[in-house]
Amino acid sequence: MEGHATAVDLRDVMIRFGEFTAVKSMDLTVGETEFVAVVGPTGCGKSTILNTVTGLLKPAAGDVRIFGKPLAGLNDQSGYMLQQEGLLPWKTAQDNVGLGLVFQGRSVEEARERARPWLAKVGLRGFEERYPHQLSGGQRKRVAMAQTLIMEPRIVLMDEPFSALDVHTRRLMHRILLDLWQADRRSLIFITHDLDEAITLADRVVVMSAGPASRMVGDVRITLPRPRDVSALQTTDEFVALYREIWSLLGAEVEKSYATQK
Amino acid sequence: MQRKSKIVLTQVAIVLALLLAWELGVRAGLIDSFFFPAPSALIARIKEWISTPDFWTDVGITLLETVLSFAVGIGIGTALGIWLGLSPFAADVVQPFIKMFNAIPRILLGPIFVIWFGLGLTSKVALGVTLVLFVAFFNTFQGVREVNPIVLANARLLRASKSALLRHVYLPSATTWILSSLRVSVGMAVMGAVVAEYLGSSAGLGHLIAQAEGVLDATGVFAGIVVLSVFVVALDAMVDRVERRLLVWRPSPAHES
Repeated sequence: MEGHATAVDLRDVMIRFGEFTAVKSMDLTVGETEFVAVVGPTGCGKSTILNTVTGLLKPAAGDVRIFGKPLAGLNDQSGYMLQQEGLLPWKTAQDNVGLGLVFQGRSVEEARERARPWLAKVGLRGFEERYPHQLSGGQRKRVAMAQTLIMEPRIVLMDEPFSALDVHTRRLMHRILLDLWQADRRSLIFITHDLDEAITLADRVVVMSAGPASRMVGDVRITLPRPRDVSALQTTDEFVALYREIWSLLGAEVEKSYATQK
Repeated sequence: MQRKSKIVLTQVAIVLALLLAWELGVRAGLIDSFFFPAPSALIARIKEWISTPDFWTDVGITLLETVLSFAVGIGIGTALGIWLGLSPFAADVVQPFIKMFNAIPRILLGPIFVIWFGLGLTSKVALGVTLVLFVAFFNTFQGVREVNPIVLANARLLRASKSALLRHVYLPSATTWILSSLRVSVGMAVMGAVVAEYLGSSAGLGHLIAQAEGVLDATGVFAGIVVLSVFVVALDAMVDRVERRLLVWRPSPAHES
């Protein structure tokens, strides 16, 4: 395990909604400075894992420990970036970034003061006064990313944050995210259905089986050296070998998930 | 810009043509001036009014009644809308009563308010409030209910407290709805004030019209209507400015760009 401490520790976690078992048994440990990607076919309960780590969902069975302590109520160490657009349309980019600080009771001026460098970090200097509708999809994602990271959560949770973007914008987002994470490593759980994305970004890729009652079917360490060059990485032999290895686990699950959908 | 001035020119031309036809019709004896007094007579009457201080007192009173019923109605309606919007239980309990009350033709409450509150300001404001309140309430209620759930979830994940949610998420979201109802509300407030004045009072524009009607003075009634229209248009323009100030964050409608 990279990092000294374990940030997230799920043991035998089962998640049910009434009679429906979404996740049957999940073991997942994420180190303090570790980047873990979770991949799996659609409907395998990837998002429910993040909701469990945040404390929004209580597992029907099993243990959730955050930095060694059992999780009770909402997790105050985590920051959550949603898949869909969650910016307030009536606030400017900088006010959206500083929103969490205002919720903490900081003054609007202080929040703006601290939001501006974060906008610069995600490459949006000069866009402070723009409203969300005046930004492109990729720019809005970057605002959302800054909004989550400005709170300096020790555990960052991302639920398919870039799935709605086109390939080029997505690659740009990968570069920005990796730069930020490299500069200030935190525990990060990244949900995606895109294996390329998972291998490019993560230290470990966790593969889940097709739902319902899904479980972990693989946990592969990504040995690609860091810092990584997002644009050149995907053509290297090492990358291709890892892709094959993980796809041999994931591909079968995707087939199964197709079969049940039919 | 050119298109805009073209539109305005056409509008002015239509009004002038109508007024001219009316005026000529009266002069030629085709239109009975007892029922349809000539525009020139209306203008003369309005001029006469403007020069008397009594008229301005009437305008001032109607304006005060309008503003009061507007402010009180919006205040109560918004508060009620937020409360019921956030509490589904209370909403389900109260909804049939609200629908029932809203179904009452409000004008009929006018005489009752006169009996309860007398001929003064209060009965006018009371009628205006009952009209404005429901518009504000239904819009706020809808606005609170239709907050984007993703935006709400995101704010919650950023640890927004209940009051912060209200201030930063629910209220701004409802504002769009409340503002779109302001125009209707202003009309309602004016209507409440004038109708109540008409039903029984000693001052105000409604009183002025009622007096003219009492002596079968069509010129007075028409002049009163014209003054009222100008009054409402002026208030409307003010609402327009408020709306534009508060909704800067909204994408501008496509036809303007």
